Amino acid sequence: MLIAVTSTLVFFGTLGFLITRAPGWENFKAYFFDWEIYRESFPEVAEAFQLNVKIFLIAESIILVTALALAVLRSLPGPVFFPIRALAIVYTDLFRGIPTILLILMLGFGMPALGVEGIPLDPVFWAVVALVLVYTAYVSEVYRAGIESVHPSQDAAARSLGLTRFQSLRLVVVPQAIRRVIPPLLNDFIGLQKDTALVGTLGVVEVLRQSQIIEAARFNATAYVVAATLFVAITIPLARFTDWLVARDRKRRQAAGIPL
Amino acid sequence: MRTALFGLALTTLALALAATATGTSESQAQGARCAKAQLELKTPGRLTFGTDNPAFPPWWGGGETRKPWKVSNPYSGKGYESAVAYAVAKRLGFTRRQVDWIPVPFSQSFRPGPKRFDLYMAQVSYTKERDRTVDFSSSYYYVKQALVARRGTGLARARSIAAVRPYRLGAQLGTTSYQYIVNNIRPSQQPRAFDTNDLAVQALKNGQIDGIVVDLPTAFFVTAVQVEDGVIVGQFPNRAGREQFGMVFQTGSTLRRCVNRALNQLWLNGTMKSLQTRWLARVGGAPELR
Repeated sequence: MLIAVTSTLVFFGTLGFLITRAPGWENFKAYFFDWEIYRESFPEVAEAFQLNVKIFLIAESIILVTALALAVLRSLPGPVFFPIRALAIVYTDLFRGIPTILLILMLGFGMPALGVEGIPLDPVFWAVVALVLVYTAYVSEVYRAGIESVHPSQDAAARSLGLTRFQSLRLVVVPQAIRRVIPPLLNDFIGLQKDTALVGTLGVVEVLRQSQIIEAARFNATAYVVAATLFVAITIPLARFTDWLVARDRKRRQAAGIPL
Repeated sequence: MRTALFGLALTTLALALAATATGTSESQAQGARCAKAQLELKTPGRLTFGTDNPAFPPWWGGGETRKPWKVSNPYSGKGYESAVAYAVAKRLGFTRRQVDWIPVPFSQSFRPGPKRFDLYMAQVSYTKERDRTVDFSSSYYYVKQALVARRGTGLARARSIAAVRPYRLGAQLGTTSYQYIVNNIRPSQQPRAFDTNDLAVQALKNGQIDGIVVDLPTAFFVTAVQVEDGVIVGQFPNRAGREQFGMVFQTGSTLRRCVNRALNQLWLNGTMKSLQTRWLARVGGAPELR
């Protein structure tokens, strides 16, 4: 314990010493860590952040459902379902391949430009659509991995009890699959939170764009650090919550004697 | 006594002569310091200008005739900014062939740090904050911000700033146009900030925003060429003194003084006025929105 404490102190102490002695440290500090500007810009940046939170909450709720549907469609067995499986594969390849920012620009500026009556013009709407399209592709692969990791004996046992394929999926396989893939699901959710910043390219003043506006006016990057702080602040509790969920699930399974 | 007076008069005369002589040689020295051979340039013997790509009329012209420049060609000498650039270059002793143009994004030009150009022109307005990180020449154009909307919309009928307030406005990120919206118009809907003017224009065409704020000559280009049903709703009054475009230099550039001398001469001998008449004539009046 004592060795751990000493080692930590020595390590971080040396690191801190080396960094603050580096030439240009003063400039770096003034450009990125100006406390005055941090305090001044915090309210504006935090207010813009609310839009990002709104976007990822809405997008994530939709994605969790659509991705599961896509994963199930992709795993439908038998030659009669081949066209559906093929479509699902094309979808995941296409939307994992297209860069998210490109899709946001294409939909955000392109769809309203069609001039068709009834197409929503709101850039936030199209940003959510683009994020849902892209993340459904990624998350459906995560679900698929989860479903395939559930031992086939589970499905066989369920079928032999008289459950239909769909019932077996719904009651036996998918609940187990989801529990297994909670960490990678959270990983994609965190990625989604960061990607909401891309809606700024459509002109919408969300957290990153607000930081850019402040940076362009003051020639100081501290506003970016404010935005980073806000993002990290929501990520850390989420990560710890997931750890807790996984640990709780493991404990329950071990207690009940269920093979992992 | 008379000798003393005579001596005094002679001394005074000598001093006066010396003073004028010093004055002449001082301005001669200044002129000599601005001699082409003594200028501190990125490439000795060549004047390197920077501007943004694409370069838009009426500031630039000549069509898309030189890679990688889009829409206009800064080398053409056509367009107000290009014409002023070559006029200044000529004053400094550079031929047209000794002038180079490099593309630099607008927002990069007035950031702190070393520059790849000797001087930069892309409708950059002087502001105190920008002046801390770069140096500006004296004015080569006095700016008014203007509002562009689409014909037949509610915003197009606005006659005052109060009437403009309820609408969704947009401008390019990091410009005095955007600052004008936030500080002076103060609309009730959050304005939008776009990476370039083109994206703002696209959003206007899509109906995603109701109006864009740009400088008055650019507004004429936007309504004449880019937005078919675009109209200039009006121009805005300057707050806190006249807004002016200046050429941008790296901080501490010794070229700036020489360029200011050249600009001063061009204003005094009427060149600037005739260039404005030639290139900005189609920029007419617009009602003032107060």
